[in-house]
Amino acid sequence: MKLLVCISNVPDTTTKVTFTNNNTQFNTSGVQFILNPYDEIALSKAIELTEGGNGTVTVIHVGDVAAEPTIRKALAIGADDAVRINAEPHDAYFVASQIAQYVKDKNFDLILTGRESIDYNNALVAGMLGEMLQIPSVSIVKKLDLIGNEIVVEREIEGGKEVLNVSLPAIVSCSEGVAEPKIPNMRGIMSARSKPLEAIEATEAGKLSNIVEYTTPEPRGSVKILGAEETEKLVELLHTQAKVI
Amino acid sequence: MAVLVYAEHVEGQFKKSAFEVVSYAKEIARNGNTQLVAICVGEISDEALGKLGAYGADKVLAARYAALNTFSSSAYASAIADAANRENADIIILSNSFSGKGLAPAVSVKLNAGIVAGAIDLPKTEGGKFIVKKLAFSGKAFAWVELLSAKKIISLNPNSYRIVDSPTSTIIESFEANNTPDSKVSVKEVIRSTDKVSLPEAEIVVSGGRGLKGPENWAILEDLAAALGAATACSKPVSDAGWRPHEEHVGQTGIVISPNLYLAIGISGAIQHLAGVSSSKTIVAINKDPDAPIFKVADYGIVGDALEVVPKLTQAIKAFKG
Ligand SMILES: Cc1cc2nc3c(=O)[nH]c(=O)nc-3n(C[C@H](O)[C@H](O)[C@H](O)COP(=O)(O)OP(=O)(O)OC[C@H]3O[C@@H](n4cnc5c(N)ncnc54)[C@H](O)[C@@H]3O)c2cc1C
Repeated sequence: MKLLVCISNVPDTTTKVTFTNNNTQFNTSGVQFILNPYDEIALSKAIELTEGGNGTVTVIHVGDVAAEPTIRKALAIGADDAVRINAEPHDAYFVASQIAQYVKDKNFDLILTGRESIDYNNALVAGMLGEMLQIPSVSIVKKLDLIGNEIVVEREIEGGKEVLNVSLPAIVSCSEGVAEPKIPNMRGIMSARSKPLEAIEATEAGKLSNIVEYTTPEPRGSVKILGAEETEKLVELLHTQAKVI
Repeated sequence: MAVLVYAEHVEGQFKKSAFEVVSYAKEIARNGNTQLVAICVGEISDEALGKLGAYGADKVLAARYAALNTFSSSAYASAIADAANRENADIIILSNSFSGKGLAPAVSVKLNAGIVAGAIDLPKTEGGKFIVKKLAFSGKAFAWVELLSAKKIISLNPNSYRIVDSPTSTIIESFEANNTPDSKVSVKEVIRSTDKVSLPEAEIVVSGGRGLKGPENWAILEDLAAALGAATACSKPVSDAGWRPHEEHVGQTGIVISPNLYLAIGISGAIQHLAGVSSSKTIVAINKDPDAPIFKVADYGIVGDALEVVPKLTQAIKAFKG
């Protein structure tokens, strides 16, 4: 069983997000980067599926050399090897194109991604890859079991869930519930240093979109504090002032 | 030229998000002086389809054949892309719903169309550009994305565009797509609780944190939610502990929501939590700690013990609603 996990390198969740260059660029100065939390779930599932010598897990990242600590972390968690496609990951289409190009002749049985990356929240790469590679892609999965040459996945739908049988090869974007995130142990951290991490050059791909500016939400007004007895007053304010009930 | 909108229905019924995308798409069509075509896939009555006219659809394409009654991402995406080609649509709108998140990227590749996923406002088209505002960093910021391709796709976040009446005489046409469902994927089971308000679409959300002490105390939250017609949500430690299901977890690593009213009960207001809820129009916090960070973003706050305040609030809501 050959698995591929697509990983992204995102600002730590405690980051106060700011921008530079006339608000056209995310300000990375002083920002700690981490493995995208949903990708951690996908990776943990991949490792679970290959436990006991039942296959290999490769991680792939599209981005520059600054992401290597995050890639090493994925190796420490338990991936066998890693590929970094050296390019500025400027939009989801570009990232998916690069991964599709790499995957084309590699015969992966299952490709996992996180549900979305917590920086741009696009949730696009898995769906694009499915279309580019012409294999099934299932988004926002919260349970995944491998049964023979098929996977059984439970995915979220409006107001409920849907259980699907999907024949491999396939792509799945993973949400919480798929696996418990694994934490690297000492042996993992040591062995990660010597695991293969190959950097390859990007191929030509069109540019379909471009972020022209960033803004941040307006600060919220100040709070009106009420006492524990004033629930009726709150209801009245929500009706007459906030007009939300 | 035309604007195409995919109007999603569940078992023949449109939900609020369908009317939101149609209203949104209508405004774009109007600004571009062009017509609005809607496509619906799967079994649905003419009467239900006609409702899209109320929000401005000039034409409704109905891809109604039995094979498409269960949702198939690839077949639905093909139908939408076919419709875009046949109608010569250059702008395609979908809801950024759970199924929309599967469809939009597939349609994007089929049409070689740039996409804005999670848009929250109308495109700005000054100077011949096409720039759309979307949430980024899970609600901590907005990114303004310019689409450079000839065909353009926007998936609109639920609750970010109001439903606008725009009565239009609609024609309903049946639509034969070239594609059948993917034989590599089969649906085993669909489990839907129709009585529950879906969290991303909910106008009011009642959310509980670790301050509620344990799952046994959720009944008072559910009573409050029922009184308000609200969906329930929770903070991450609550779903991590298994007190509530993962799909209720809101925040930077959960669902980002923007309801009209968000009630944070026994939630401290950590930065990761706030990221996912700060675009709520009104925030109410109930917390026993007057210094809890949640009060910095709340519009109204009650300092007190949730286990006492919540049942009283439920009573007050019931009294108000008569
Ligand atoms: C990588 C990462 C990602 C994360 N992502 C998310 C995310 O997406 N969403 C999220 O929510 N969190 C997230 N977190 C966790 C976040 O940092 C906080 O730990 C979490 O939000 C706290 O949850 P809480 O407010 O329920 O609990 P606590 O912080 O423990 O707060 C409980 C609150 O309840 C109050 N309280 C206690 N008893 C009562 C009572 N009887 N009546 C009224 N109030 C009471 C307390 O005063 C306190 O303010 C993330 C953390 C990390 C590291």
